[in-house]
Amino acid sequence: MDSHAIALNHAEEPHHDHPAHLRHHFVSLEQQNETVSFGMWLFLLTEVMFFGGMFTAYLIYRNWYYPAFVAGSHTLSIVLGTVNTGVLITSSFTMAMGVWCAETKRQKGLIVSLVLTLILGFAFLGIKAVEYQEKFELHHVPGAHFDAMSFVHPKAEAGQPAEPGLPLDMARKTEVYFSLYFAMTGMHALHMIIGMALLSFMIVKAARGGYSHGNIAFVENFGLYWHFVDIVWIFLFPLLYLISRHQ
Amino acid sequence: MSHPVSDHEEAHGPHIVSPKIYLLVFLALLIGTTLTVVASYLELGPWNPIIALGIAVAKATLVVLFFMHIKYSSKLMKLTVVSGIFTFLALVGMSMSDYISRAWGSF
Repeated sequence: MDSHAIALNHAEEPHHDHPAHLRHHFVSLEQQNETVSFGMWLFLLTEVMFFGGMFTAYLIYRNWYYPAFVAGSHTLSIVLGTVNTGVLITSSFTMAMGVWCAETKRQKGLIVSLVLTLILGFAFLGIKAVEYQEKFELHHVPGAHFDAMSFVHPKAEAGQPAEPGLPLDMARKTEVYFSLYFAMTGMHALHMIIGMALLSFMIVKAARGGYSHGNIAFVENFGLYWHFVDIVWIFLFPLLYLISRHQ
Repeated sequence: MSHPVSDHEEAHGPHIVSPKIYLLVFLALLIGTTLTVVASYLELGPWNPIIALGIAVAKATLVVLFFMHIKYSSKLMKLTVVSGIFTFLALVGMSMSDYISRAWGSF
């Protein structure tokens, strides 16, 4: 019997030879880490499919109502969008450094990296909140208070001539653009909020030395999640903010 | 008994990506962000969305390979990621081919 043979082999070695966090149904720590990461990647693939559905809807409606998507996109602040992209990429970098600190057993470095990542997460959501607030003020939020008239008769902004207006039927389709804008950035923001809750948990645990004894799988796999959220934004930014800015 | 175990981990443990590589990838991502903003202000016709998506794919690839360690992972992990991307592209591609070709022959 194979299982008996394995049991006999193990009996020859002292039982406390392996780290405490190695589960008994795994042969080695490498196998355990590989299995956990594999599971994390499968979860991320379901996330790819989840966001992929919204991206597909975006592509189809963008092709149907292209002028409305251009007009909607031009109401977004390119400065705030670019700054937020930088903030999120920086948070991915600090998270990657956090994983490195965990791997090399640098407790202080890990705490600093996680705290910086959390702060950058708050910065991103703060900027996002400013952008959302402007959309509420302009009645660009889909629903009962949505008003497409600003796309029929655009007002000239400071220093810039007014953009040409859209016909009323096409202007109304900007509501489709803003529906997708809020659905996609909203789901992205929800993922960040979940990530920031997990970050807070990890900061407390790291401060208590919880990752100093080798079991850093949680930090590594949270890193995968955080980078995935970054990748979603890498696609959202050009697709939502940068449609035909030259027009 | 703990010494041989740590030696073993040194030799065969997971690859640790150095901060230098993280920093280079970080800078490349910032450059990519700048490029995609600049490119959106250029009049390139049908190339605008293609370039925007191309830069986004390049940035995402850097994140997956280095920040997410796939370059240094096992073949099982690499195949998992590639199969996921393939499935995603197949689903999006077939949906889009339907919408693009639906009106063919009716004009």
